Amino acid sequence: MSTLVEIRNVSKTYERGKQKVEVLHHIDLNIAQGDFLALMGPSGSGKTTLLNLIGGLDSPTQGQISVGGARIDNLNQGALAKWRASNVGFIFQFYNLLPMLSAQKNVELPLLLTKLGAAQRKKNAAIALQLVGLAERAGHKPTELSGGQQQRVAIARAIVSDPTLLVCDEPTGDLDRQSAEDVLGLLQTLNRQHGKTIVMVTHDPKAAEYATHTLHLDKGALVEAAAHA
Amino acid sequence: MKYLHLIWAALFRRKTRTILTLVSIIAAFLLFGLLDAVRVSFAEAGQSANGAERLQTGSKLSFIQTLPMALQARMAAIDGVKDVAFVNWFGGAYQDPHNQVFTFAVSENYLDVYPEVSVDPGQRKAYSDDLNGILAGEVLVKKYGWKIGDKIPLQSQIFPNKEGSKNWSFTLRGIMKSKDDKAFQSQMIVLHWKNFDETTPYNRGQVGWYVSRVKDVNDADRVAKAIDALSANSDHETKTQTEQAATRNWIKQLADIGLIVTSIMGAVFFTLILLTGNTMMQAVRERTSELAVLKTIGFSNGSVLGMVLAESVMLLLLGGLIGLALVSIINASLPAMSGGMITNAAVGWKSWGLGIVLALAIGIVIGALPASRAMRLNIVDALAGR
Repeated sequence: MSTLVEIRNVSKTYERGKQKVEVLHHIDLNIAQGDFLALMGPSGSGKTTLLNLIGGLDSPTQGQISVGGARIDNLNQGALAKWRASNVGFIFQFYNLLPMLSAQKNVELPLLLTKLGAAQRKKNAAIALQLVGLAERAGHKPTELSGGQQQRVAIARAIVSDPTLLVCDEPTGDLDRQSAEDVLGLLQTLNRQHGKTIVMVTHDPKAAEYATHTLHLDKGALVEAAAHA
Repeated sequence: MKYLHLIWAALFRRKTRTILTLVSIIAAFLLFGLLDAVRVSFAEAGQSANGAERLQTGSKLSFIQTLPMALQARMAAIDGVKDVAFVNWFGGAYQDPHNQVFTFAVSENYLDVYPEVSVDPGQRKAYSDDLNGILAGEVLVKKYGWKIGDKIPLQSQIFPNKEGSKNWSFTLRGIMKSKDDKAFQSQMIVLHWKNFDETTPYNRGQVGWYVSRVKDVNDADRVAKAIDALSANSDHETKTQTEQAATRNWIKQLADIGLIVTSIMGAVFFTLILLTGNTMMQAVRERTSELAVLKTIGFSNGSVLGMVLAESVMLLLLGGLIGLALVSIINASLPAMSGGMITNAAVGWKSWGLGIVLALAIGIVIGALPASRAMRLNIVDALAGR
């Protein structure tokens, strides 16, 4: 499989007041196209920081990041926003749906950045909702949905513009076991049947079992790698 | 346009707060519309095609200073003058001191200088034949339910009659009609100057002011100067102005309406900026994570800035338009309420335009700070709740 994400000697330092905190130290990592990677590690190990760098939400202090052959570490904010819009889907622990919009309108959000007309946007959103099994809840607002349903709406929003890469930050962290399994099963389907490359941060070893690979981070460095069947 | 539903939804995310804010904006623009209509009405007072032909001549010292009656003939002799009428303030209250009626003692040719005011010929003759007769404006007649021949008791504010009483009694002989029922004459009473002069011991052949009509509007300036030249260096120097200028000066002696309106509106809009600005800041602060999600998805800094700005502009425009629409409805009844003094209280296109510009400007001002904060929002920090 070809490499989708290539990380070379990446370090990230945050300034907290007068203190400089190096969160990631000289990370080298390749993520293959079609991979489902779980990033694990204790709190403060740099998992979310690495995920943010891969998703283009943040830029490294040092090193290079390429996604699909294109360097993203040297893009300015405007260019990164454009890149994210067409290449990455995001799934968060707390779903982060817009509460005043219906499920349908939430899913349509990324499509507002495309040239699609209103009818086509609606159609694509309906397909995405159908894919996550929530077609009949399209008109419901987030507060009218359960946590698991909200996360599935968030997944529909992440995939509606057909990105190559899905980045998930603790996608099951706020869900009960059954809902978590549903969501992880859905991610696995997206990976296996639709070829989406997924990078998922999780604390949950059971969630990591759904991934094809698991990487462990500790104190900002990769310490271990494991492959699943 | 495709972000409109997003902006609208964000605006009404907290319905109660938005509605309360909207009510304060509507109240501010309601006040603006009413005061601006008053300002415009005062500014336009005396403006009419016939008004342009009329000159008013009063004392140069003060409008309460009287002038000698002998001036009438000398003014009439000036080349370019068509008619010269004269007027004295009588003032009157009907039945109750609160029912103030604009009442003037006028010369016999008074109606000749106001061709836009019509009186039935039979009624006009009856008025001419009866020294104690009066003419009343149509609106006034309707308001009090008067009929021709009714005895109308009026209490003068200043002038006593022969018996020393300020209570006068007149007979209604005719009704003054005007195409525009907001015209001043529709709301006033005129009585014979001769009756007034002979009855009150206070006047003794004096005239309050003259109203002259010129043959050619373009000649008004020259005629005005010629009239004032008649009394130059005398003890009764005059000031002659067009009807519009005279009305404006008279109003200005009462109060500087423009300054009052501007001052009140300045204070109102300043308060509105503080209140609405604070609400917008709070609204955006509450949505930090939502704005971060939009940026995560790929909305640019500019888009986020534009959406927050559009939200505040939309709020102001919505409130402003509702406020001005309410003013239009309220103003329909204002002329009657003001006793005909405010003759053009409708919200004109200039007021609408100014209102919309103000709404846009205030919207941009109050949206600028929260919008710039939203634009500079750091996604990673915002998502982490920092």
